[in-house]
Amino acid sequence: MKKLLTTAILAGASALSAQQASAAEGTFAIVSWGGAYEMSQQRAYVEPWVKQNPGLNVIFENKAQTALAGLRAQVQANNVVWDLVDMLPSEAIIACDEGLVEPIDADVILAAAPDGTPASKDFIAGSLGECFIPQIVYSTIVAFNSEMFPADKQPSSMADVFDLENFPGKRSLQRKPINNLEWALIADGVPADKVYDVLSTPEGVDQAFAKLGTIKDQVIWWEEGAQPPQLLADKEVAFGSAYNGRIFNAQVNEKQPFQIIWDGQVFELDGWVVPKGKLDVAKDFLHFATDTQRLADQAKYISYGPARTSSAALVSTHADTGIDMKPHMPTYEPNFQNAIAKDDLFWADHLDELTERFNAWLAN
Amino acid sequence: MAMPPYATPGEKVVITAFRLFCAAVFLFLIGPILVIIPLSFNAEPYFTFTKDMLSFNPDGYSLRWYQDFFTSSDWLRSIQNSFIIAIAATIVSTVLGTLAALGLSSRFMPYRAAVMGLMISPMVVPLIISAAGMFFFYSKTGLVQSYAGVILAHAVLGTPFVVITVTSTLMGFDHSLTRAAASLGASPIRTFFKVVLPLVTPGVVSGALFAFITSFDEVVVVLFISGPEQRTVPIQMWAGIREQISPTILAVATLLVVLSILLLTTLELLRRRSERLRGMSPG
Amino acid sequence: MTSIAAPLTTADGQPLKVSLRRAQRRSRLRAVALVLPLFLFLVISFLMPIAEMLLRSVENPEIVELMPRTTEAIQDWDGQGLPPEAVFQAAREDLVAGRLARNIGTVGSRLNYEFSGGRSLITRSSRQAARWEAPFKDAMIAADRRWGDPEVWQIIQREAEPYTLSYYLAALDMAYTPDGEIVKKPAQQSIYVDLFWRTIWMSMLITALTLVLGYPVAYLLATLPLRYSNLLMILVLLPFWTSLLVRTTTWIAILQTQGVLNDMLVWVGLIGNQSRAQMIYNQTGTIVAMTHILLPFMILPLYSVMKTISPAYMRAARSLGAPPFIAYLRIYLPQTAPGIGAGGILVFILSIGYYITPALVGGESGRFITNFVAYHMQVSLNWGLAAAIGTILLGAVLILYWLYNRLIGIDSLKFG
Repeated sequence: MKKLLTTAILAGASALSAQQASAAEGTFAIVSWGGAYEMSQQRAYVEPWVKQNPGLNVIFENKAQTALAGLRAQVQANNVVWDLVDMLPSEAIIACDEGLVEPIDADVILAAAPDGTPASKDFIAGSLGECFIPQIVYSTIVAFNSEMFPADKQPSSMADVFDLENFPGKRSLQRKPINNLEWALIADGVPADKVYDVLSTPEGVDQAFAKLGTIKDQVIWWEEGAQPPQLLADKEVAFGSAYNGRIFNAQVNEKQPFQIIWDGQVFELDGWVVPKGKLDVAKDFLHFATDTQRLADQAKYISYGPARTSSAALVSTHADTGIDMKPHMPTYEPNFQNAIAKDDLFWADHLDELTERFNAWLAN
Repeated sequence: MAMPPYATPGEKVVITAFRLFCAAVFLFLIGPILVIIPLSFNAEPYFTFTKDMLSFNPDGYSLRWYQDFFTSSDWLRSIQNSFIIAIAATIVSTVLGTLAALGLSSRFMPYRAAVMGLMISPMVVPLIISAAGMFFFYSKTGLVQSYAGVILAHAVLGTPFVVITVTSTLMGFDHSLTRAAASLGASPIRTFFKVVLPLVTPGVVSGALFAFITSFDEVVVVLFISGPEQRTVPIQMWAGIREQISPTILAVATLLVVLSILLLTTLELLRRRSERLRGMSPG
Repeated sequence: MTSIAAPLTTADGQPLKVSLRRAQRRSRLRAVALVLPLFLFLVISFLMPIAEMLLRSVENPEIVELMPRTTEAIQDWDGQGLPPEAVFQAAREDLVAGRLARNIGTVGSRLNYEFSGGRSLITRSSRQAARWEAPFKDAMIAADRRWGDPEVWQIIQREAEPYTLSYYLAALDMAYTPDGEIVKKPAQQSIYVDLFWRTIWMSMLITALTLVLGYPVAYLLATLPLRYSNLLMILVLLPFWTSLLVRTTTWIAILQTQGVLNDMLVWVGLIGNQSRAQMIYNQTGTIVAMTHILLPFMILPLYSVMKTISPAYMRAARSLGAPPFIAYLRIYLPQTAPGIGAGGILVFILSIGYYITPALVGGESGRFITNFVAYHMQVSLNWGLAAAIGTILLGAVLILYWLYNRLIGIDSLKFG
């Protein structure tokens, strides 16, 4: 008995120290969103990087949904363990203002385009933030499982998503007011460019919640990006809001009978921030992962548009199936007709209040 | 509850209904756990029995989810983490808990009830509150996202079990044995190691097993205070359930059920041994 | 009566009383020394974290620490109209300093909990603050209209205190008006009180269900011969020892719309394929899954109490002529009351503290108040609110635990 105990203690202690040692040496922790998007980053950025740096251990943490909280905790504790974080611009601004992430001088850290254009000019105008380096333009859309509707009566617009009579079945929406309120207004007839003006008024907010209320009983609320494609595939829901690349992945790699409703798509950027104190550790990878070729490479695996203009020309075909990626991009002309640019400033101010109202509305 | 020979027809009906009801409850208890075992061998990535499975067609079954599990570096690393953390936490909680239980069982312990209450409070306070508090506190002290932090947290959660099992073992302890040892010339230390400890060991070990399984299965605290390198099996399962419900989780679940059965059997054997040693035998 | 004898002494000449007291003190010290390590460990790793949480629920350091000049200057303001120029100047200096130190965003986040737009007011102003010139009052109001709103300054004055009640108010669906009065929030924004009650009544329902299901089973196990009861006990202990996540996963697999139970019901013909029962992501899912998970916690205490009840009592009652049901009601049931109490309170306390199961199978209507603690910790980042809700929950549990202690006593906890 005693011998067993001693051996156990020694084994545990040595395993622990071994673990700590390896942690100190060559681990690089990236926080991202999981699922198909993370997979595309793995294949386009990490695998080639690891080939250049053998022995480096890159860990992905699927904590981007709650990354801001995690960063706050780590910076407060003076123990930052994340090396690079994938974050939306609205949260990146907050993180930057709170001193949680490092300011990035684009022309110093990031690569120039192959033709010599400096990084600050190559990225889409206005996309680079003080602390934020964009990777992609992505869009949140509503998709549906075409097998759940008759062939001659398939949904095609945002108003159809809110039409329970003609297009019955459950819907899955994200458990946040973001996007849902905008879509409710669009379905209620508000033009895309007036949505945020209307939403800034109390009557507009009431109108949006009223419209949402018409489908509330039929909604299953999702919190992780990989849930809606799963629910659609299981036929638990007929419609599901999702990040467009996840639906693309299901359509192409899993051959699911999904269709995207591009009407009312809410597009925004997604990119990197570097946690406080990690600039030296992250800058080489950052330089590599955001250059022209890498951003174009990512578009081979998932249908998100690269944030560099020099990369857009290099977008071609899907790596596994060879299909043309362009028609699947949010920025493709026919898809872009009634698109809404997410207003980060609006949500920076109103997210707290509207989330409170949203949670109360959900609970009743 | 044998049917008494003098039961009236009415009583017979009641007793039969009672037995059926109990059978239904047992089915409710054990059914779900047994159901996932065949589901984990599903050849298709679905969560229900396919037609092939129901007709016992061998094509409907496969080991692919187990293969997924054993070849995935994520899962293997999380198993390694789970075991390291659980073993370390168990050692800490068993040592501290046993010492405390020995002290608490003494007649001379002052404020016994209050101290006992404190010792088992981690079990009573809802886990979310302990987790939130530990998150705040460890953030301030830099323990968050480290192995030490998780091990300490799990040790805290495991000690009440050790304290309870060891004190209940000691309650049946016959103190005349220590007095006999003393009268035969043994020093207190020798008495402890040669007389008390062997008799208390079953209680200690069962407490340690409880502490181990508590740490191994724990998910809430680890969710809050663990970092990317301390990912444990429950965290991996939680991520899997929220993200992509692939039946690999069912394979993991089945393996965990097997682990539970092993621990349960060990516990049962220990209980029988302890009863034998104390001179009581099962009827 | 005989006279009082001379005081007894021990072999070394000391009075017996003194020797005894000394020996007892030694034993007491030894007992305390054995308990001390765990005691200290718990104080550091358990009590202090809980204390930290209590502290966070009232701590209000953002404005005091990050806008120190404004805090000092605004102390003397009477709250009417707009503050004096000195306050505006102090605010401007704080905004400039905060921008340089890159921590002013925290103030913005804090104020945004009090009024929408607080964040952009602070962050935008801090970017421009270095360019403003005296008189700062005019400059600031020109830069952003909101600086001319007395309510904004009233809120800043109110929150420029090291401790605040606003998190507790929010947890109870109340709020401060800008004047400092406490009012209930409009129904559209009130969740927490409703959620507390919902958590409580669902937990009571779950406790009642476990009692109804568990009592007969415990009786069966207690009265069967040991051979059989040991075997059947495995059916109770195995779920008890199986991981919580595993059990919740199995319920997801079973209760889904395309899951095992619905498939069975369709196959039997009870429901149509298009109208499958929605048994998950709602209250039904939470209730069923949690009843299953907590059932062993009801059965085990009941069993250990029932095992101590001698069958002689029932036989005596029957032999005195009592019909079986009356005998049960008046003789057996009262003796099991401690078991019912122990099991009931244990299940109830465990149930109101659960978070994982409602999060996975409860959907919206089956959510518990604990889910909001986690939500505020991880998603909305309102840690003060999370701590306040947690503290209220802790208070409720401690009251229940005290009740449990009065009824049963901690010593009788066994785990079979």
